[in-house]
Amino acid sequence: MGRYVFKRFIQMVLLFLVFFALSWIALQAIPGNSIEQQLRLNPNLPPEAITQALERRGLDKPPIEQFWIYTKDFFTGDLGVSWSRYPQPVSSLIAERLPRTVMLFSVALLFQYLVGFQAGKYLAWRRNKRGEMAITIAGVSLFTVFYPWFGLMMILLFAVKLGWVPTNGFIVESIWRDAPLSANRMMMTMFTSLMLVTAFIGLTVWASARLDRPSQRRMVKLGAWVAGIGAFFVYWLTNDNLVYAKDIAVHLVLPVSVLTMVGFAGVMLITRTSMLETMKEDFVLTARAKGLTEAMVRDRHAARTALLPVSTSLVLAVATVIDGGIITESIFGWPGMGQLLLASVVAEDIPVALAAFSFTGILALLGHFAADVLYGVLDPRIRVTSQG
Amino acid sequence: MDTLQAPEESEIPGDVELRLQHEPLWRIRVRLMQKSFKANWKLFKRNKVGVVGLVIIIMFAILGIAQPILFATGVWDKRVYDVRTGNDNRERIAEMTVVANVDDVVDPNTQIDRRRLIAEGKNAEIGDVIQRELKHPWPPDRNHLLGTDPNGSDILSQLMFGARAAFGLGLLAATVTVFIATTVGSVAAYFGGWVDSFFMRFADLLLMLPILAVLIVASSFGRFKLWHLAIFLGLLGGFGGTAIVLKSQALSVKVKPFIDAARVAGGNNWRIVTSHLIPNVMPLSFLYVMFSVTGAISSEAVLSFLGLLNIDMSWGLMINKTQSAGYLLNPSTWWLIVPAGLAVTLLAGAFYLAGRGMDEIINPRLRNR
Repeated sequence: MGRYVFKRFIQMVLLFLVFFALSWIALQAIPGNSIEQQLRLNPNLPPEAITQALERRGLDKPPIEQFWIYTKDFFTGDLGVSWSRYPQPVSSLIAERLPRTVMLFSVALLFQYLVGFQAGKYLAWRRNKRGEMAITIAGVSLFTVFYPWFGLMMILLFAVKLGWVPTNGFIVESIWRDAPLSANRMMMTMFTSLMLVTAFIGLTVWASARLDRPSQRRMVKLGAWVAGIGAFFVYWLTNDNLVYAKDIAVHLVLPVSVLTMVGFAGVMLITRTSMLETMKEDFVLTARAKGLTEAMVRDRHAARTALLPVSTSLVLAVATVIDGGIITESIFGWPGMGQLLLASVVAEDIPVALAAFSFTGILALLGHFAADVLYGVLDPRIRVTSQG
Repeated sequence: MDTLQAPEESEIPGDVELRLQHEPLWRIRVRLMQKSFKANWKLFKRNKVGVVGLVIIIMFAILGIAQPILFATGVWDKRVYDVRTGNDNRERIAEMTVVANVDDVVDPNTQIDRRRLIAEGKNAEIGDVIQRELKHPWPPDRNHLLGTDPNGSDILSQLMFGARAAFGLGLLAATVTVFIATTVGSVAAYFGGWVDSFFMRFADLLLMLPILAVLIVASSFGRFKLWHLAIFLGLLGGFGGTAIVLKSQALSVKVKPFIDAARVAGGNNWRIVTSHLIPNVMPLSFLYVMFSVTGAISSEAVLSFLGLLNIDMSWGLMINKTQSAGYLLNPSTWWLIVPAGLAVTLLAGAFYLAGRGMDEIINPRLRNR
């Protein structure tokens, strides 16, 4: 195990270096130099000022040297300064954008996996019965729906026509004019409270499985849900900053619902396939032969084993959050990492683009790595050492 | 589809071998193909999901073929129905009810506000019905079954052109993907060692790429055309995720006894890979053609929706143009955005469903037998 992890780690570092160099080359190779063009279009700038501005960004040096300087800075923790928003450091841009993406997608992923896993379990259990076809068609159409269009349709319906939620953005600026804290801070507080509640409910439900009597289990589970959700509401309703939290929450509703609708089907299909495989195993037959109820066999015996590929796919989904965020964030006007990535590539703002790319790459690498290790840990049948 | 299920030796009827001298080999092969095709078709038909997908695919294919026929037979005039330059400049009169304010206008095609009429120097009372020339975009009518866009170009015609673009792009990208992935997967599985490591690490690298961001970078290299995108997507998929899946399939074929038999019989590597390994990986490859088409159609639609492609017309571009013309979030001009988005959804979904249907044939574990 240790050797496998070490080997994979070395491979990851090498892969990241290749990825880093390739991204830099690709971004550098985009024809034309938009920064220089923009500067030259400004008639008030004398030529010396342009040269000076280019020098400040290190653009006067040959590409190889630029790459060397940039790489050295990058790996010593200096991400440089944005070109298109000149004096702003890249690290502060990312620190500003990242929490928003994290907030949006963690909530959405939570819902996606809850709904998707339940639906997939149900679907596999009812194979070739009525209802399977309808759910499959509905799920697949949501899975393959042209996502930007679907998002726009939902905005049209719920924001424009019904007016229940705002059309886009993540806050209404006028509310926040004399707010005591920044929107990002608020968001982190909301995120933390949500995660604490989820962790509390999850852990209690997990621990309740150890209780012997079903009635006890049910009581503890119910208690956990009530206590968790109750504490969440009590905390927020007595909070002085409720109005600001509400503003963010209202803006979250539509993107999260749309992401859930689009994403749950993928989880559902994975769960279904995995459940179908599991249901053929001998231990499911044994459980049935013991005389357990169908629900018991489904939830306690089959579904738990079927959870393996689903948990791996969750890790991989986390790894592709920034890339997937590009579309979501541009439709809903959510100023997160995805929009930053898109804007920086279009504006040829290489320091920002490269930082965003590296971030995405590191996330993807860690995700794949975590998925592999997790699979080995969760499923003892898989011998990790034989994979290396 | 005819190679979906390689006929097994035991399936050959005894009399075929007797007739070998009289009948050329190719005719026997054709007959066997027909036989396996019929058997597979029966299996495919049993799964309604796959049939639904196939029907939708055929409908869109007809839609795509119909447009050049309509132009050639003169039913549609190129000046009016061309996807880019077409413009219906005939006058269309509509009856409009006069209402008081702009805010009272629910449907701009049948209602007009009084202030605007006064500004134009006309006078009318609230509640009057007046005759008025209708500006583009026109709602659907007899000449334009799905209405027109803000430039006066026909939506149905654009939709048909978009269908051809989607089929062309999807099939080209999928063919490239699967051709490369089958070759790479088989070679990596057969030879193993550093060949395997090289291709699999390369696949990891491609899987790691933020695809959309990479496509955005690629499209900023200049005039990115539809077939450039198709080849690019094909390369990304072919060396990436699909190669890994097909390699694991090839690995399970490689350990079968007939590969050893072929080696014992003196077959060289090239011969074993091309005529024993690849034909047995092919069924799964066909499945991945379907899934790759879905991916390619969606990627193209997203890219043209973001306005990053240089193409005449496509479904994504139709939505992009609606957005740039400012009609996007306007429920009264639904025909500008609904048909295009629905078309992408349906066709991408249809290929996926057809793939699921084929999966039931190829994947023996899913069969109900």
